[in-house]
Amino acid sequence: MKVSESWLREWVDPSVSTEQLVHLLTMAGLEVDGVEAAAAEFSGVIVGKITAIDTHPNAEKLRVCQVNNGNGDTQVVCGASNVAVGARIPFAQVGALLPGGFAIKQAELRGVLSCGMLCGASELGLEDIVDGLMILPDDAPVGKDFRDYLHLDDAIIDVDLTPNRGDCLSINGVARETGVLTQTDVTAPDISAVTATIVDQRAVTLSAPEYCSRYAGRVIRGVDLSQPSPLWLREKLRRAEVRSIDPVVDVTNYVMLELGQPMHAFDLDAIDGNIDVRLARGNEQLVLLDGKEQMLNDQLLVIADQKKVLAIAGIMGGKDSGVTTNTQHIFLESAFFAPEKMAGKARQLGLHTDASHRFERGVDRDLQVRAIERASELLLSIVGGDAGPVTLSEASHQPLSGQTVILRDSQIKRILGFAIPNDRVADILSRLALQPESIDGGWQVTVPSHRFDIAIEADLLEELARIYGYEQLPVEPPVAQLTFSERPESRLRARDFSQQLIAKGYREAMTYSFIDPEMQVLFNPEQPAVELINPIASDMGVMRTSILPGLVAAAIYNLNRQQTRLKLFETGLGFQQKGRDLDQTPRLAGLLVGHRLPESWLSTREATGQKSQNTDLFDFYDIKADVESLLGLTGETAVRFSALPAASPLVALHPGQSAEVYLGPLLVGYVGLLHPQLQKKLNIDQDIWLFELQLNLISTKKVPEFKVLSKFPEVRRDLAIVVETTVTAGEVVDVASKAAGEHLMATVVFDQYSGAGVDDGKHSIGLGLTWQHHERTLNEDEVNTLIEDVLASLKQRFKASLR
Amino acid sequence: MSKQENLSELTEQALAAIAAAETVKDLDGIRVEYLGKKGQLTAQLKTLGKLPAEERSAAGATINAAKQRVQLAIENQRVGLETSALAERLVNEKIDVSLPSRQSECGSAHPVSITLERIQAYFEQIGFSVAEGPEIEDDYHNFEALNIPAHHPARAMHDTFYARGVNDSAPQVLRTHTSPVQVRVMESQPPPLRIVCPGRVYRCDSDVTHTPMFHQVEGLMIDEDVTFAHLKGIVQAFLRVFFEKDLAVRFRPSYFPFTEPSAEVDIECVMCSGDGCRVCKKTGWLEIMGCGMVHPNVFSHVGIDTEKYTGFAFGIGVERLAMLRYGVNDLRLFFENDVRFLSQFSE
Repeated sequence: MKVSESWLREWVDPSVSTEQLVHLLTMAGLEVDGVEAAAAEFSGVIVGKITAIDTHPNAEKLRVCQVNNGNGDTQVVCGASNVAVGARIPFAQVGALLPGGFAIKQAELRGVLSCGMLCGASELGLEDIVDGLMILPDDAPVGKDFRDYLHLDDAIIDVDLTPNRGDCLSINGVARETGVLTQTDVTAPDISAVTATIVDQRAVTLSAPEYCSRYAGRVIRGVDLSQPSPLWLREKLRRAEVRSIDPVVDVTNYVMLELGQPMHAFDLDAIDGNIDVRLARGNEQLVLLDGKEQMLNDQLLVIADQKKVLAIAGIMGGKDSGVTTNTQHIFLESAFFAPEKMAGKARQLGLHTDASHRFERGVDRDLQVRAIERASELLLSIVGGDAGPVTLSEASHQPLSGQTVILRDSQIKRILGFAIPNDRVADILSRLALQPESIDGGWQVTVPSHRFDIAIEADLLEELARIYGYEQLPVEPPVAQLTFSERPESRLRARDFSQQLIAKGYREAMTYSFIDPEMQVLFNPEQPAVELINPIASDMGVMRTSILPGLVAAAIYNLNRQQTRLKLFETGLGFQQKGRDLDQTPRLAGLLVGHRLPESWLSTREATGQKSQNTDLFDFYDIKADVESLLGLTGETAVRFSALPAASPLVALHPGQSAEVYLGPLLVGYVGLLHPQLQKKLNIDQDIWLFELQLNLISTKKVPEFKVLSKFPEVRRDLAIVVETTVTAGEVVDVASKAAGEHLMATVVFDQYSGAGVDDGKHSIGLGLTWQHHERTLNEDEVNTLIEDVLASLKQRFKASLR
Repeated sequence: MSKQENLSELTEQALAAIAAAETVKDLDGIRVEYLGKKGQLTAQLKTLGKLPAEERSAAGATINAAKQRVQLAIENQRVGLETSALAERLVNEKIDVSLPSRQSECGSAHPVSITLERIQAYFEQIGFSVAEGPEIEDDYHNFEALNIPAHHPARAMHDTFYARGVNDSAPQVLRTHTSPVQVRVMESQPPPLRIVCPGRVYRCDSDVTHTPMFHQVEGLMIDEDVTFAHLKGIVQAFLRVFFEKDLAVRFRPSYFPFTEPSAEVDIECVMCSGDGCRVCKKTGWLEIMGCGMVHPNVFSHVGIDTEKYTGFAFGIGVERLAMLRYGVNDLRLFFENDVRFLSQFSE
């Protein structure tokens, strides 16, 4: 909220500087976001009075004016259309400096001497009215410095109020708070009841008492809206960033800014009969003041007459019942709408008004009559007319204030950690108008109607701490009993996997959890994704079922920026609908693009003379190695990579160069090449290798169990066997290893070959088998027998032959 | 020629040959020629038998002395030859150590991860444990249980993303803070509690200073006699240890539905040390986190006895801390994943 300091000081005038005031408010929880000058810098402008006007001999549109500056007349050439003899205007004399550093000098305008400039409001950085001079009231003292005249040396304090402090959404509220903080008396303006001079009134029915429990109304007849609001009123509104509309709207806004009570004025002639404050009916609609047609619903409170809806209560009035310059008679509304019923309503309609903001945050339930009297008094003095009596409709008889709350002495130390002296406590509570009454073990306070945020003891503790000063409260380290927290050695954290990848040169990425629905479908068409009802952008519309689409998008981002070698990974949740359940489990995904080694003299040299340049690019066995090193953290040796089944849902992967990853019996993820079709669709011209693992399935580590080291030598035998190409190396290794007996230590595939020397449709696999006995040296015969067993198994299973 | 002369001549011959030897192989030949079983000096010993008995001993000693001399010379020459051969080899094997290595890369953790990890580590040190929870939450845990009922104005502040419910069930929310994790822990574990809840959170807001997804670490301590003074103590100590600086910390009253009293915490601007700069908008202070004493309504939702226990909670914006710590000037960089940015955080 924008608070004019000079307006505030009309209410409470502590002897503190602006800076001190701002600090006090901020440290009391009324955070000041900024302080701005009420008017742009300018000087040398006074109140002038036009005493004579003559035509310009050489220009039809210019006038030659004589302007009185208090000491005599000066000649000024002026082009404004609203120059008039007798008008008082801001007069920038020779030597004046206008906003933006524009200096006023004596000049000849088309042959006529002009000594100064008559100013419009926008030229002085005031109201945004472009055409014409700023006409000042007839009582503006000629010769007076214009800044002094309008008190323009004023600070606009921007207070960022927390949602609980709706009571401070007015000059009245901020003044109350300032008074408490500076221990200064607050002087509210004298508001006296306006005596009714006519009997006209409109009955008000409160048909939805939970929504509206108090409604004050008043008829004023015979108003004259032909003139704009007086300058002082327009200035006050301008400094609060409220646009001046007409005197009636301006006065209601003024009262809202001053007292915190939003009000509305209807054109009385547009109201058919009496007022009904009720919920809208399903099929009703209303053309709002801003011209938009709004469909209504039965959750919305409206102000209606006997035939139609007039306004959406507390949010915006209707166009047809609004006040115009032709309006002669008005009906003023000053009501209490329940905050819990107002909450979110304006937002739902795409509206946010000063009124709806205040009603949502809460308005003093005892303010309605005072506000309507204040508005009536101002209106009668500005637009004239005759006021009818104030009619107050009340739905319930619950007391407006007087709720009591107990504050126990013991709780101050218990919660705040510091015993504030009793007299200090009583003093703070009294200054907050909480009327503390000393009781056994504490105080009983009575909450005034404007502090609707205070309901429980904790609220009082906060008030005490706030006014006492958070900075004054002690600072102590917390004390607790030392206990060990469990940290199972068998639990792997996401961080453990990340570190492994980082050590391997991967960079950690963080992509949004919501992704483009199109990407989601391209990667995972069979997995329904959770849709956002209100996405921030259409390409962030669904929750990711996998990290990969986001990670691939990050790769594309980098590829488009000449970064052609990428090693990226990300950890985070994937969101999958599984029947009625929503599965949110942590995943780890990675991606490789480009060359195996960064470009260097070595990679060039090592590639030369080898099979081809292509060996230099990342391939399946690079990413497989990285996945293996991750799974290696588990200490589990039963890791298996299995070709994708024919009906794999992993359509984003190349079916021939991808694998499912098993840890023991569990499918824990997959690894492979981005499908060429998808690659083309995404306009990527490089291979992208991907993996994704389900972290929750690989987060258990085997705690190592020591095995005795054998003192006896290892024996290694190499075999080169030939099998059909449909037989995989993995199958060969599995069968060979099972046949090789309990003393087999390791099996390596040292060669894989097809081509000359091997029949078409077959390939040769070189196996290196290593045995070791832990109690003795294996003899030659034993090893030969084992080799024969292995060969026999391979022959039987795969029709394998020795090469 | 006397035997003596013959011996000394042989010895001189051998020594000359040794001095002239250029390789270890040459030396081996010389050793065989003079000292081998059939070597010339060895042959001299065989002549001893022909000498009168009284001369044998002296003559034998002379021959052995000559042999030892030659043996020593061979050893010396061998060491000399090996030393120079090694020296030559070392010169020949010199490489250009300034050429780049085979793989001069190291990866990097994301700055947000680094910051999350640092925050967690500090709190784990003093006995807080880490708790995590779902990111798609129900309304109850994200709002209701935290004293933010449906009509509460604070809901508007949260700019909540709503997710369509599975099979037409009620819409869920993307959690707007990690506080629901605290609720879940309070529901399932009795006090005393000391936890931090790190993770992704979501708000429907995107501009220069907001991304629709960001990270928080929220902390909670519940015990008998936990006070606001303790909250001030832990927050101040954390900020100083995090920024590795004895910076000024101040607490201002604020409002959060789930705490009361609530506070906003400012630190002395780390960019200008409080002198006032663009980052702190000339105030010298940076708003860094929110905190407060757990609201009694939150305790009653989870069934914790407010007459026995008190607690504090705090919430830290991780991106904000990372930006200040590393001088990152644009929040959006964190989620663009430009490797030129990521590589600045190599570990």
